[in-house]
Amino acid sequence: MPVAPLVSGDDMSKTKRRIDVYAMTWRLPIILWQALFFVGPIAFMIAMSFFLVKNYRMTEAFEFVNWQRMFSRGFFWDSYWHTLFIASLSTVCAMCLAFPAAYMLAFRASENTRRMAIFLLILPFFSSYLVRTFSWFVILAESGVVNAMLGWIGLGPYTMLNTTFGTLVGYMTLTLPLVVILQTLSMANIDKTLVEAAHNLGCKPFETIWRVVIPLAKTGLIIAAVFCFILSFGDFVAPFYLGGSQDPTLPILIIDTTKSGQQWPRAAVVAIVMMLTLFAVAAAGIGLAYRKGSSR
Amino acid sequence: MKGSRYLDGGLRVYTALIFAFIFAPILFSVVFSFNSQRFPTIPLGEFSTEWYAKILNDPDIWEAALNSLIVSTCTALIATFLGFCTAYSDYRYRFRFKGPYLALILLPPTIPLIIMALAMLAWLSKIGMSGQLYSIIIAHSVLTAPFAMAVIRLRLNQMDENLEAAAWNLGGSEWATMRHVIVPFCKPAIISALCLTAAVSFDEFAVSWFVSGLNKTLPVAILEIVQGNIDPQVNAIGTFVFLISMSLIIVAQVFLVGRKIKSSD
Repeated sequence: MPVAPLVSGDDMSKTKRRIDVYAMTWRLPIILWQALFFVGPIAFMIAMSFFLVKNYRMTEAFEFVNWQRMFSRGFFWDSYWHTLFIASLSTVCAMCLAFPAAYMLAFRASENTRRMAIFLLILPFFSSYLVRTFSWFVILAESGVVNAMLGWIGLGPYTMLNTTFGTLVGYMTLTLPLVVILQTLSMANIDKTLVEAAHNLGCKPFETIWRVVIPLAKTGLIIAAVFCFILSFGDFVAPFYLGGSQDPTLPILIIDTTKSGQQWPRAAVVAIVMMLTLFAVAAAGIGLAYRKGSSR
Repeated sequence: MKGSRYLDGGLRVYTALIFAFIFAPILFSVVFSFNSQRFPTIPLGEFSTEWYAKILNDPDIWEAALNSLIVSTCTALIATFLGFCTAYSDYRYRFRFKGPYLALILLPPTIPLIIMALAMLAWLSKIGMSGQLYSIIIAHSVLTAPFAMAVIRLRLNQMDENLEAAAWNLGGSEWATMRHVIVPFCKPAIISALCLTAAVSFDEFAVSWFVSGLNKTLPVAILEIVQGNIDPQVNAIGTFVFLISMSLIIVAQVFLVGRKIKSSD
């Protein structure tokens, strides 16, 4: 909390005695709006997972049929483990690929370069992810730009679409900018004298990174990894268009179940399982970040 | 420190490569949009505005563009209003359950869009509000309000705590102080927030796709074209959308950073 809220004694007594119209004018809009259009939808989705579908119509009920159906199906668990695996792989790749760049921006670039780089990295968030994916689709195709260039040096052509590699390229497009930003910020805040001290005491560069920089930047790095995981886990565009969707991920499963056949309750089951998984991952990340003995 | 120079050079090249990877799809999409080949490769075909001509003559695209414009404008207004109210409440007041109160506005972006899409579709159908343009506006306002709140809250942090109290002491009512002191002070952040939320709304496709019914926005139109086949129209639409989003972001950035102190006129 950077600034203490401004509360005069007068306000305190006023709120006690009667409803403060002025205060409520500013406080209530978001409560009403989010109750109606954020808490409402999420709560209804949870309730919906217990509804029944009869003759393509959803009827309100409280049955565990959908849960049993989904949990007893092999394809659901295949999809679950596949999504978990590929989102984890994406997180590891993004963290490793981003690190040298973030390190360079945090320690070897001027303040201005760093600010400019971060501004540039924000731009992709406001460009269409769909169009970028479509662009990769054309670039990575059998007769696309990458294979044409590889052909000049006598390589290829390689199949890159409809493979895990394709999916990962898509995930990296989505997550790398954010991961580089978060890693850079977490390392830029490290006290530089500590790194210099390690150097002066004879610590080699890589050892300094491993034993000084990473522990000091731990919290920020873990936040970056958690966000990367959440984004990859919930994305349907990369696995669908670049990964070929032979092994559908959970988001693809939600789309298929919702769009074809009115099986919304089963889609809700998948969505809830996804949310629980993400809560668990976020909680584990926060636990790890603030574990005793860690840096401040 | 002998190897340091090489290490430094290597790191610079590597960082440049990472940036190249991040911007490659955007650049290629712009290049392809002016390329005559249906299936672009190297060497490139001839310069052509064929795809632009095609989208300009497509009434569906015009309708989608109009829908996108309406949705992002309304979303920006609602989300910025909600964000302002919440930022001000957080700045000014201490009250019980403030943690959950803030969580209420800040949580939506951490939930995957596909889940929000399903939940919104189900709920809006239930209360009879799905399949309309305003359904997208409602959903987008929930998704983008946190960005508006963050931008305005940061601006309020820069305000002298005594400014508001001084206005009251000079006889201004709370409402008058809001109108003549706080809103003018936050004006750059409000404009910034309007642009940011409009830009996010302009590009969002997952939730729009689920709740929009037959009222397509541009990203949903792109999604449908992409599902069909390879069609370089997508690059032309994408370039157009990119230009609009980037203009919004640059305006937002100018207002956010450009004038730091100048507060009232």
